[in-house]
Amino acid sequence: MADFTLEIEDLHVSIEGNEILKGVTLTINSGEFHAVMGPNGTGKSTLASAVMGHPKFEITQGSIKLNGEDVLEMEVDERARAGLFLAMQYPSEITGVTTSDFLRSSINARRDEGDEISLMKFIKEMDGSLAELNIDENMAQRYLNEGFSGGEKKRNEILQLLMLKPGISILDEIDSGLDIDALKVVAKGVNKIREETGLGCLIITHYQRLLNYVEPDYVHVMMQGRIVKSGGKELAVSLEEDGYEWIKEELGIEDETVEQA
Amino acid sequence: MTTVTKLPYDETYVTEFSKENNEPAWMTELRTEAIDLANNLELPTPDKTKIHRWNFTDFKHKSAAGEAITSLDNVPEALNDFIDKENENIVILRNQSVAYASLNNELKEKGVILTDIFTALREHGDLVKQYYMTDAVGKDEHKLTALHAALMNGGVFVYVPKNVEVTEPLQTIFWQEDNELALFNHVIVVAEESSSLTYVENYVSHNEEEPSVANIITEVFAKDNAKVSFGAVDHLEAGVTTYINRRGMVGNDATLDWALGQMNEGHTVSENETHLVGNNSSSTPRTVTVGRGKQTQNFTTKTMHYGLDTDAMISQRGVMTGRSTAIFNAIGKIFNGATRANAEQESRLLMLSGKARGDANPILLIDEDDVTAGHAASVGRVDEMQLYYMMSRGITREEAERLIIHGFLDPVVNELPIETIKNQLTQLIEGKIS
Repeated sequence: MADFTLEIEDLHVSIEGNEILKGVTLTINSGEFHAVMGPNGTGKSTLASAVMGHPKFEITQGSIKLNGEDVLEMEVDERARAGLFLAMQYPSEITGVTTSDFLRSSINARRDEGDEISLMKFIKEMDGSLAELNIDENMAQRYLNEGFSGGEKKRNEILQLLMLKPGISILDEIDSGLDIDALKVVAKGVNKIREETGLGCLIITHYQRLLNYVEPDYVHVMMQGRIVKSGGKELAVSLEEDGYEWIKEELGIEDETVEQA
Repeated sequence: MTTVTKLPYDETYVTEFSKENNEPAWMTELRTEAIDLANNLELPTPDKTKIHRWNFTDFKHKSAAGEAITSLDNVPEALNDFIDKENENIVILRNQSVAYASLNNELKEKGVILTDIFTALREHGDLVKQYYMTDAVGKDEHKLTALHAALMNGGVFVYVPKNVEVTEPLQTIFWQEDNELALFNHVIVVAEESSSLTYVENYVSHNEEEPSVANIITEVFAKDNAKVSFGAVDHLEAGVTTYINRRGMVGNDATLDWALGQMNEGHTVSENETHLVGNNSSSTPRTVTVGRGKQTQNFTTKTMHYGLDTDAMISQRGVMTGRSTAIFNAIGKIFNGATRANAEQESRLLMLSGKARGDANPILLIDEDDVTAGHAASVGRVDEMQLYYMMSRGITREEAERLIIHGFLDPVVNELPIETIKNQLTQLIEGKIS
């Protein structure tokens, strides 16, 4: 697979006039797994949404580049076709569009007209991925996310990741609301694509738990809309054991959340 | 000012017309009574739509007979998308005359009738008389039902005897090839006790400019323990002003389901009314439309609960583009004594243009204590979060909108009983939203 580099530089992001991200700089290369950790309300999910192009977030300063191309100039769909993927925390429910049709449209969006994936090949790939993730085959024929449990939605996001094979993926709290068995299944899916495609990944999470199964190369701690500390996977372990207080003390931070105007 | 003036048709005209068609005397009488009513009654007043300036009078009533179609392997291109060549049970009216008619022999032997209305009047006059504008639709309801009764110029009669189950769909195509010809079309579907059938009809015309009129009345009778599934795709062109009234009477333990793809391009008033007369009778009326251009449409879907334990779920869905207007009225009426009736309804409009207008009016009229009822109505735009989600997988905004629209209409489209008709409706939707 081609090599991908996502460069986030001094990123400032606002929502409805409130600045949430206050200068985030981070580079992710193919094959690298970065975990961004931190308590609630510190801007982690905003980072994920801003990279993908969520319509409610405004970039006020800084840049995002994918292989040198200006991501901020791209529409959401162009970003996806360029190689970005976001497994969302709250994916939309879409009545009347089956998971299967949605996936096929997504795959075909990456292919030229006249070169669409054959139905047979698609079904084969999908059945394989469904089995990989222990997902009931019925899900493919159900309307996208409609009536799905929290766990089913997360698995569906990973199903899409497996089938779309992006260059750089962001997993936004993919572990929240999952029991340990489901978590292992999700981790298995992520690790599989990591091995097969050399995926670069940004994992956003509150908890060390997921990182026991998907091992990060780098761990970053986010507070007050900035990355305040970076380290190797051992940082996640000490966060799990000692919490965030010691970092706050070390850096003289009283309230780690992003203050709201 | 009102454009409804005295009609160029009188008692002499309708009597002559009746004679030309060798109709039974009762039919001639009905026509002459009705032409008198038509001159005196007022137009109907659909809620929130003014129709007094619409064209209900400028049309041609007769046309030369349409050319016969000798085989389904060789149908005119205009009809290609509607026809499953394997279908043995089909009647095609071309300019209101029979161009093609076929019915499976086994069904014929069992007493099933699928024939055009004039043949039915000649060959099964007494049977038709029982149902023709008697218990369901009355000629004296308003000017348009009276005009219909006076000027009826085509239609079909479908009859399934007691205990006969028709498993293959019965299909009709009403093709208004003559751009000026009016469709005063009358459809009667009778399912006798413990019988079952699926009926699907198509209306087709090509007159984008020439004014014409469609005044259509459909009467469906699901007798005790019968099961009727009624599907339709209407696609009359912009020149046609349409009044279409589809009404059903449902007996004890009987079911009448409707799946109506109402894709007309011109002004349309559509009424779909189901009378749940029998105990434990039920109905699922579904309707779907896509408005475009400057057309105004008014859709009323009504369930009338008379019997005990009657159950209905109305579903209306519309997508509005351009400067089109649509009014959705969903009415559940539960009469005194209809104990344990359940009247549910859902009306949803998706607005694709800032200049389109839409209104959904949920109405529940309840005269009984021990009932359940519910309604949901919404008028909205395509959800930005849904678009964002789909685009985040690489799907373009255009394609994402297309998928969302098809998905929005799918619960109705998917209920259409013939695969070719389902595809045809999907294509029509595609054409209208792109």
